[in-house]
Amino acid sequence: MVSSYVLAAEEGVAGLVEGGFWADTAGIMLITPFIAFLAIIALGKRMKYEGGEFAVASMAVNLVWATALFIQNMTEGGSSEVTFPIGGIGSGLQFELGWMVDGLSIMMYFLVSFVGLLVFIYAVGYMHGDIRVTWFFAAFSLFAGSMLLLVGAPNLVQLIIGWEGVGLASYLLIGHYWEDQENVNAGNKAFLVNKVADVGLVLGAIIVAMAVGDFGFVELSEASFAQDPTLSAVAVVGGLLLFLGAMGKSAQFPFHIWLPDAMAGPTPVSALMHAATMVTAGIYLMARTFPLYQNLASEIRPWMIAVGAITLFVIGLLALVADDLKQVLAYSTVSQLGYMMTAVAAGGYTAGLFHLFTHAFFKGLLFLGAGSVIHAVHSNNMSDMGGLRKYMPRTYTTFVIASLSLAGIIPLAGFWSKDEILATLDHEGYMVVFWIAVAGAFVTALYMTRAVALTFHGTYRGEGHPHESPLSMTGPLIALAVPSALVGFLNVPGVEIPGIGNFTEWLAVRVIPMGDNHPEGIAWNLAIIGLIAAGAGIVLGWALFARDAETQVARDRLEVPRLYPLFRRKYYMDDLALGIVDATRGPLARMIDWTNTYVIDGVVNATGGMGLALGRFVYGGLDQRGVDGVFNGLSVLIDGLGSGMRRLQTGRVQQYATAFVSGALVLVIVLMVLR
Amino acid sequence: MPYDVGSLMLLNQFLVLGAALFSIGVYGLLVRRNAVLVLLSVELMLNAVNINLIAFESALVTNAAVGQVFSIFVITVAAAEVGFGLAIILMIFRNRRSANVDELDLMRW
Repeated sequence: MVSSYVLAAEEGVAGLVEGGFWADTAGIMLITPFIAFLAIIALGKRMKYEGGEFAVASMAVNLVWATALFIQNMTEGGSSEVTFPIGGIGSGLQFELGWMVDGLSIMMYFLVSFVGLLVFIYAVGYMHGDIRVTWFFAAFSLFAGSMLLLVGAPNLVQLIIGWEGVGLASYLLIGHYWEDQENVNAGNKAFLVNKVADVGLVLGAIIVAMAVGDFGFVELSEASFAQDPTLSAVAVVGGLLLFLGAMGKSAQFPFHIWLPDAMAGPTPVSALMHAATMVTAGIYLMARTFPLYQNLASEIRPWMIAVGAITLFVIGLLALVADDLKQVLAYSTVSQLGYMMTAVAAGGYTAGLFHLFTHAFFKGLLFLGAGSVIHAVHSNNMSDMGGLRKYMPRTYTTFVIASLSLAGIIPLAGFWSKDEILATLDHEGYMVVFWIAVAGAFVTALYMTRAVALTFHGTYRGEGHPHESPLSMTGPLIALAVPSALVGFLNVPGVEIPGIGNFTEWLAVRVIPMGDNHPEGIAWNLAIIGLIAAGAGIVLGWALFARDAETQVARDRLEVPRLYPLFRRKYYMDDLALGIVDATRGPLARMIDWTNTYVIDGVVNATGGMGLALGRFVYGGLDQRGVDGVFNGLSVLIDGLGSGMRRLQTGRVQQYATAFVSGALVLVIVLMVLR
Repeated sequence: MPYDVGSLMLLNQFLVLGAALFSIGVYGLLVRRNAVLVLLSVELMLNAVNINLIAFESALVTNAAVGQVFSIFVITVAAAEVGFGLAIILMIFRNRRSANVDELDLMRW
């Protein structure tokens, strides 16, 4: 076991810090979900909740560690890295597995464990009586475990292992109801779109690691700060490729197309995928490799900001027309991921990650609330809902809290994190993007108001009698509503909570100072701009959708003639992707066919022909004529000899006797002559 | 060992007798057609050998009766052989109505 404490306790202070018990054993968090995975497969079917117990237990264990680390991080700081060497390429590139304990990792451990535990508990209630529940929990554990492996990774190799594990588990879970071809297609789409982006990640990791001479993030950060000439030569290419990987996982434009379709999986999967695992992986990667972009590959930062800005605004608009409640939330996630990406790319390390932190709580809550609603009305479509606040008061209250938090209403969590992103953009001088982000906040408030109005207000349009979900489902909703409302106070600019500081400091527990901007106080002018945008969105949304929510779905007032079909067709992005695939696969297939027929087959045939000719020569020339010739010749000779000699065998005794006597006489004569 | 010239003289005469009997036997063996006579010729050759054995024994070996013992063996074996041979010839004659060795070429290739 190689244990090294290389990270700093306080920003700006580089030094060795003891990890302590919790940090030294943090690897348990990376293992328990996989143990749960095996236990569920082996024993799940015999258990009362069909394996859900193991999944919940593993997350509960993880939450103990994550909470302990979180508290330790608040009070003392201290970060460490534990690695086990596994192998290496020659003497240069070493491959290690292990875990990292620093502000960023601890935040992610806590998010995955906390949201994961609540979602798993929720899933036990939600999936009760569903098909393949055991397998669902097994894949779900694999999902959470892969994410923990990813966020705990001290190097790019382990990150890629976790990254692909997350991709695999998401594929399994999205296609959980594989009896429907549509769900299978959604799973394939998610997997394939991610695979395209993963090529970037793998290539980028190799390029960067070759330049640094190590896969480790610490080494990468140090080389970035030291302006290492080898690394700076490849920084733009490597950084761009890593960013491509992050775009795929974090559903940035134009790779966002897989995320709305990923709704095909069971709702708890969506909740975990959108809140804590999977989509946050790309943002996490950008934060982990932040020094690379900050110090060496700064040329590509404007492009990253542009991608983030397009994602946050343009994709957010799509949520205005979706009828599927989960799809509204999915587009909202894409939009919020755009905020995070923009913030991180603009240099707002803390701002982007704080938004990730708050977003995990309220988006997890929104999805669980949507699941609760869907469980009650047996439909995903808002046209089958309406008026549910009377039937489902707890779901309604928590859903509204989360919506207001997402819209960015003071003093809920989303306000503080979104305000910090606006402050970062303002400070860095990206004013166009700043106004796009404000417009995005307006759109966010508008579509969340629409979703709440169509789902919970007006009169019920569906069939049957909806009723409130059981406690195992509403419990997690309430447990998530509290942080959704309150975690924003952890990072009020310029305010330090006595004894534990604030989120910025906790996150700052890392190798070297990142040099991002931290506002000294609340920038009220920006906050008011943000609040006006959000408030305007809510007021307009209420005016448009709440008054006559019954008929609203029938005649959506946002049916602007030209824009509406554009939104409904999702900017034709799916059609474009399919069109590209359709247009290229024919010529591509023909090209491959031609190559196959004439080049590969040619080589194969030539090789085969040579082999055949050689074989014929060996068979006909050497074997048949040479070897067989010798043997046949010998046997013909022996045959001839035998045929000749047998004529001596006359059967006449006296002839034999004559031969004996003649022989004896010859012997006698010879002996006499020799004497 | 010193040889008695007189007994050596006598030995030559016995050897000539033996050689003459052996030659007659060979002649009979090769020429006679009747199987019984061929068998008798064989007996003649065996007895020629017996004479040689006795002659050498009495001429060269003074006190051990090696030659006599050997010739008695030969006579015994010859008697058995004649017994077998005549039985075979009897069976052939019964089957083929002939004891002519020229016709007995069943064992040819």
